[in-house]
Parts: sequence; structure tokens; C-alpha cells
Amino acid sequence: MRNALLCVALLVVLGCLLYVSVNPGDFGVSRGEHLAFGEPKYTDMDDYFIHNGQNQTGANNIVTSIVFDYRGYDTIGEASVLFTAVLGVGVALRELRKRRDKNDE
Amino acid sequence: MMLLNLPYITVAILIAMGIYAMVYKRNLIKIVIGLSIVESAVNLFLVSLGYRRGGIAPIYTSAPSTYMVLPTPQALTLTSIVIGVATTAMLLSFCMVIYRNYGTLDSRKIRRLRE
Amino acid sequence: MMSKIVRTQASFLYTFILIFGFYIVAHGHLTPGGGFQGGAVIATGIALIAVAFNFSNVKRWIKKTHLTAAEGIGLLTFLITALIGIGTSFFYNWLANSGLIFGQRVSYGVNPGYLNTAGTLPVMNLAVGIEVFGGLGVIILYMLNYVKEVRNDAS
Repeated sequence: MRNALLCVALLVVLGCLLYVSVNPGDFGVSRGEHLAFGEPKYTDMDDYFIHNGQNQTGANNIVTSIVFDYRGYDTIGEASVLFTAVLGVGVALRELRKRRDKNDE
Repeated sequence: MMLLNLPYITVAILIAMGIYAMVYKRNLIKIVIGLSIVESAVNLFLVSLGYRRGGIAPIYTSAPSTYMVLPTPQALTLTSIVIGVATTAMLLSFCMVIYRNYGTLDSRKIRRLRE
Repeated sequence: MMSKIVRTQASFLYTFILIFGFYIVAHGHLTPGGGFQGGAVIATGIALIAVAFNFSNVKRWIKKTHLTAAEGIGLLTFLITALIGIGTSFFYNWLANSGLIFGQRVSYGVNPGYLNTAGTLPVMNLAVGIEVFGGLGVIILYMLNYVKEVRNDAS
């Protein structure tokens, strides 16, 4: 019973996702081609980056100039997340030898 | 017309596969694998949102043209990949601790408190 | 510890993995790649060494404190490079178009790619590469160390 319910829920989710991805125009802000593949609608910011990125940062790779220059705050967050994950792994997998020896005594 | 949206259909199928693995499987490692599949699907969705038909990768080093795909979704996908790696590393290390303390990775059996 | 063939190949391939990772980091502003990808490639080299050789030797060669120090130094370099440009704004590219190191001027258009460009971006690429190398390497070493500890307990 429970498995059948879960299966129905999963199929409903899959159906909704497939419907949206086949008919993307029905779910835009206005009924346009907001999700149509290959034709993004609002590209002003990206066109600005593509046309001025080389003059302003000097990098040929526009993605790098966005990651490290235009949107550097995102990269700070990413680096902090990586640092925190390493801290978490170190705390979870720390060596337990000493503490257990103390318990044995 | 339907085949034009093939990346979105792939994303939908991948997300359904990941949710299936997270809901039905009892092994913690398989749950982590399902999470990674959903994460990859979201990355693919982000990148394919920024695709412009006929565009090239936004790199000017000996590029064949200057008509390029949108670079911002690619940069944010890079951030997302790094965060995914960090999350997966933490989840797997917790799985290792759980396996050491309980002797199993079955999520039904580790529900009880130990001793 | 694996067989002699694997050990010889690992010590042979390790240098090439290091060079390839450093190439990806150093050319991050010209070609696909960057700090994170290059750091991940170098950490793959650490994983290769740790799997192929005897683990007590590996613990002696690659110290966890060194990798943690590399991570901290990378993050600090990244933050300081961003902070120097605070006269204009945080993350201001104070080296680009200045004529100093990495300061060659680039105009809009296709070019073959010059290494001496892009201002603070190569510096930040190097910093993030060092940080990711340290972070992923320390994660790999922690996991292998834990596995060995559990195996020692079981036996």
C-alpha cells in the first residue's frame, strides 16, 4: 500500500516535470517562450559581460572573469563552504584512539 | 518540436531517477548517489537555460566567432559543482562514521539509539 | 600497498598529473579551466599516491598539517587580493590594464591568448587552486586514515 502510494507520487512528479519540459511556453511570466531551448529571452547582462569583459578585466575567458571579478561574492561563499566542509570532515573523522584509551582505563 | 526540448526532458528523467533512489533505497550510499544525480540534473538544467542556438563557449582564445552562449549560468554552475563536492564529501564521511558505530548502512536498522 | 607495476606507474604518472593541474590553473583566464578544476586534478594525484603506496609511508610523505596550511594560505591570499582593491570596491580588479605584472591591455575581439593579462584573475586562480588542492587532499587523507583505523580495530 505504502509502496503503491509512493509510486503514484513519483509518477505524478515525473509527469509534471515532463509536461513542463515539453510545453515550456505555458509557464512563463507572460505566455511567451521563456523556457524554449536555445532562445533565452533576457540577455542584457550577459551581452554586457561578453562585450565589455575583455576591456574591463583583460581575461579571454568570460566565465573566469565573472566567477572572480563580477560575481566575486559568490566565489567567497563557495570557498567558505569548501573550508567548512573540510572542517566538518575533520571533526567527523578525527582519530578516536586517545579518547577510547582514556575510557578503557 | 518535442525533440527541441530534449535537454529539459533529460533533466526531468534524471530528477525522477534521483528522487526514486532517495525514496525507495534503504542503503545510505545509494541515497547519496541519488542526491548526486539530482544535483547533476540541476546543473544540466542551469547550463541548458543559458544556451543560445549557434553560440560558442564564451572564450575568446582563437574563437571561430563572437556569437557566444550566456556566461553567467555557466559561472553559477561552477559554484554549484564546488558546493556539491563539499556536500557529498560531508555526507560520505557521516556514512563512514555511521557504519563504524552501527555496523550497517541500512537506514531502517540505524533508527534506534545505540545501546 | 599495490604491486610493483602499479607503484612504478603511479610514481611516473604523478609528475604529469601535477604538471597538467598546474597548466589548468595557470591558464585559467585563457582556456577552459581555472582554480577549482586544476586543484581537483592535483588532488587526484594525491589520491593516486595514497592508493598505490603503503599508507604509513604516505602519511610520512604528505602531512595533513601541510595540506591544511595550504588551504588556509590559499583562502587568505584570495581574500587579501580582493581586499587590496577596496579603494574602489571590494573585488575591484586593481591590476588589469595597469601595465604591471598581468597588466597587459586587451581590446575586444578574438586573439590567440596572452599569458600576461587579466590582472588579479591569475592570482586568484592560483589562490583558489592551492586552497582546493589542500581541501580535497585533506579530505582524501582523512577518509583513508579512518578506513585504516577501522580495519585495525576489526583485526
